Amino acid sequence: MGLISSKRMATALAKSTPAEPRAAVSATEMGARQREISVSEFFTKNRHLLGFDNPRKALLTCVKEAVDNALDASEEAGILPEVVVTLEVIGANGEAPPPASQATRFRVTVTDNGPGIVRHQIPPIFAKLLYGSKFHRLRMSRGQQGIGISAAGMYAQLTTGKPVQIISRTGARAAAHYFEVQIDTKKNEPRIFESKKIDWEHPRGTQVTLEIEGRYQKGRASVDEFLEQVAIANPHVKLLYRTPEGETREYPRTITELPPQPREIKPHPYGIEFGILLRMLHDTRGHSLAGFLASDFSRVSPPVAQEICRTAKLSPDAKPRNIHGAAAEALYKAIQATRIMAPPSNCISPIGEKAILHGLYKQIKGEFYTAVTRPPAVYRGNPFIIEAGLAFGKTPDQAAAATVAEAPAVPLAEGEERDDDDELARVIRYANRVPLLYQQSACATFKAVLETAWKNYGIAQSRGALPAGPMVVFVHMASVWVPFTSESKEAIADYDEIRKEIKLALQECGRRLGVFLRRRERAKSEFRRRNIFDLYIEEVVEACARLKGGRLPKEKLKTQLQRIALKRTGGARTDEILGKNSGPEGLPHSIIVTAEGTEGEAPVLPPAAGSAGAAAASAVERDEGEAAKPAATARGKGAVRQLRPIRGGKAPAKGPAAAAKSPAKAKKVPPHPKRRGR
Amino acid sequence: MARAKSSKTTVVEKKLVGVADLVITAAEKSKDPTLAIPIRSLANVNFNEKRGIIELGKRKQARTFFNVGMAKKFMQTVLVADALSELQRANLTTSLREIYYRTKHTMKGSHENTFDNQNESDPLIEDLEVTLAALREELHVRAENAGSVVGPLVLDDDGDRVDCARLGKGGYSVPSIVEPEYIAIRRCTADFVLLVEKGTQWNRLSEDKFWRRYNCVLLTGNGQPPRGVRRLARRLHEEYKIPVYVLVDNDPWGYYIYSVVKQGSINLAFESERMAIPKAKFIGLSSADPDRYGLPRNVGIKLNDKDVSRAKELVKYRWFQKKGWQDEIKRMLSSGLKYELDALANKDFRYLTKTYLPRKLKEEDWLD
Repeated sequence: MGLISSKRMATALAKSTPAEPRAAVSATEMGARQREISVSEFFTKNRHLLGFDNPRKALLTCVKEAVDNALDASEEAGILPEVVVTLEVIGANGEAPPPASQATRFRVTVTDNGPGIVRHQIPPIFAKLLYGSKFHRLRMSRGQQGIGISAAGMYAQLTTGKPVQIISRTGARAAAHYFEVQIDTKKNEPRIFESKKIDWEHPRGTQVTLEIEGRYQKGRASVDEFLEQVAIANPHVKLLYRTPEGETREYPRTITELPPQPREIKPHPYGIEFGILLRMLHDTRGHSLAGFLASDFSRVSPPVAQEICRTAKLSPDAKPRNIHGAAAEALYKAIQATRIMAPPSNCISPIGEKAILHGLYKQIKGEFYTAVTRPPAVYRGNPFIIEAGLAFGKTPDQAAAATVAEAPAVPLAEGEERDDDDELARVIRYANRVPLLYQQSACATFKAVLETAWKNYGIAQSRGALPAGPMVVFVHMASVWVPFTSESKEAIADYDEIRKEIKLALQECGRRLGVFLRRRERAKSEFRRRNIFDLYIEEVVEACARLKGGRLPKEKLKTQLQRIALKRTGGARTDEILGKNSGPEGLPHSIIVTAEGTEGEAPVLPPAAGSAGAAAASAVERDEGEAAKPAATARGKGAVRQLRPIRGGKAPAKGPAAAAKSPAKAKKVPPHPKRRGR
Repeated sequence: MARAKSSKTTVVEKKLVGVADLVITAAEKSKDPTLAIPIRSLANVNFNEKRGIIELGKRKQARTFFNVGMAKKFMQTVLVADALSELQRANLTTSLREIYYRTKHTMKGSHENTFDNQNESDPLIEDLEVTLAALREELHVRAENAGSVVGPLVLDDDGDRVDCARLGKGGYSVPSIVEPEYIAIRRCTADFVLLVEKGTQWNRLSEDKFWRRYNCVLLTGNGQPPRGVRRLARRLHEEYKIPVYVLVDNDPWGYYIYSVVKQGSINLAFESERMAIPKAKFIGLSSADPDRYGLPRNVGIKLNDKDVSRAKELVKYRWFQKKGWQDEIKRMLSSGLKYELDALANKDFRYLTKTYLPRKLKEEDWLD
């Protein structure tokens, strides 16, 4: 923790600016000079790398960084997050603010109920690039590098000249601190404009306010979309969004359990690169090579360490510091050649099928929902978990409204067809619970969606296109290190292992969707069968009456024909075929919404609680206990874990695990002093 | 216009009302109303070699109401029957398309149309023709006036005397219904009837007054001859005992046109009885003609896949089994080329009139 050493920072920057010499130990002076220039240079010249390409994206990035920080901090402190995002339009030079769609200046305020920040850490956190707690540990979190919020502050400074305003309070008994800070871009040090104690209505939490140049537009890749997607993947968050148009949107919390705390792990030997190995050899506190291997890596036991040394033809007692050049290279090769257990996966906390299901159900109106969490897998020594979800269809109300609204008004002319849904599916992508909104087509997720053979599941798909239909495809990758294609974290790199896992998850979702669609089709055709006869009887009777020159007791003929029709379609038996009395087809982790009601593990939504409400709620809590256990417990088979719908009132008592877990933890963990984005 | 009928309810109308009776009786007995419709396909036609015509077989398909797959068709059939009986009562004739429009509406309480396009209603009219053993003319449904006639022929149409020798080169447009009660043949002094597939060749012959020189009736149906043209040829053949020659393109479709004129069609096999002309002769264009008349290879057209497969079907038809025909079709297949009548213009604009037909007639070079 604490400050990143200058050397490390240079290393980090070297990734994006190749001009910088890497780990130049000798040229200390030169290195220091270059660093001072680089902070502002790097940012002003390369702001697109950090997501500030254009005003619209910049607005989104600012919100994103602030929200990511708020959630990371709250979760780490064991607090159920409550976040308020406010966007306000600012008029230039005190003029009346223009309408939101025309505005170019915005004030972004993000308030959380997190642990707060201790006073002296506030300025560096918000006004010093590459300062943070998340960069040099292998632990799943939203932010990683310690650039994000400071970069947002710097963007504000660049475009409006206004400092970042922060209010933070670590508890009801502590005072709230108000700061106004900016970055001294030459020194990469905070400049404090204002620092005072103030009265704040919140007992605990942090509030960041940025005034920036931006553009507010709805639709794709907008702030609105981002927050909606945050709500989907984080159903434990209570989110309030005040739009620049003065509207207030509330995303309620549907899960009252925090996701399990991901553990911090040591790097897995397969995942490190040669340069990093060299650095680790240099920095280690271990006295022998074998000891270094066993203590600084995960999954390397003393016997394995011995084996590596044997393979590398190096003495296990050699001093790590003395290994470089050819010896280091031999060691690196030996590591790759040795069989080492896959890294532990308790460092990752998946969202969980329940939570995904709840998130989708809450935010997206549809008929069918399902979610799959894959067992952990490994790419380049980094453990990861893929989760996928699907929301499909229109709600019965919507569908009915659509048909009723258009149909009678415009009968079809020859050659016309009723619009079947030719819209394409929407893919929503997440990395460590953060929505990815840009560069969709470069993302492994998107490619996996394209490669999945949706036709097998009854969904139309043209060659090389997204599947068609009213559908939202959800994909989440959780990992200690998500491989992004660029610094601005917009797309997941296309590793075979990752793509394969995504496809497996999507295929399972697809299979369940297929089962649902077949059932719906069956129900529809039965319904149609009945309808058809009713409809046609009317026509036939009328035509017969005309043929008979009007001398026909129409009602009698109609009744007779209807009686035959009923007999032929099996009357009450049809209800059974319609599946009115069966559960959601034995599908695990799925919700089916029909005109009759909701089946499956649906959460209770505050405004309109369904009939199955109470029962479903207890089911939720019970299952959360289960899901809260470390993700590592054999999920392979667990993915098909059958969760029968609970329809009657017979919900078993809450598991003790669920009750005990989070509150206890929340008390133990002190307010976290440092929090960093990116 | 149709003329007034003597009786109040025609036989046909009674047959149509029978469809309603069928529904009512079935409903009384709690049975599924069922129409037995003779099947109109190759599998259900027989070639009566003795009479030289294609006859409809005995196989029928049941069209029942309470069957999801057939319900709509059944309902549509009843609607068409109703529309047809309306025609009978009003004593009007109409077209297939008007029947389609007359019966099309949105069903009560739904957004489904009774018919979505004409392809749905046309076959139902044919179904009713066969099922009720009523001719299309009797059902008062007419086709387009798609044929022309010119020649030493005098007709009586709705009281108007039509002398087909005095109608210039345009001739008389053959109505779709040419039954004796609508059209009477007053006089015909021709020696034969020449039925030409294409209007362009008919125009050529008419313009050149070929009919005057060779004393014949020139008929065309602009492609597959409609019922009116076929029926008129048949009447001339029957009532005036004159031969009928058919002049078509040299391709499988031309062969089939000839066979329809001669033996009747598969689809309307039930009408062969009054339409077919078993003694009609195929005068050209034969696959032997390019050789015989020195047509260069480059005015031929390569047979496409469809042509080839159609020709291979024809070779198997029972009414194409005569040796001359087998040779004819196989010759075309082996040459791999087809020829249009128009290709004769390669030699001379009036080659058809001046050389080709005169020589054919003189040599009696035709296929039976």
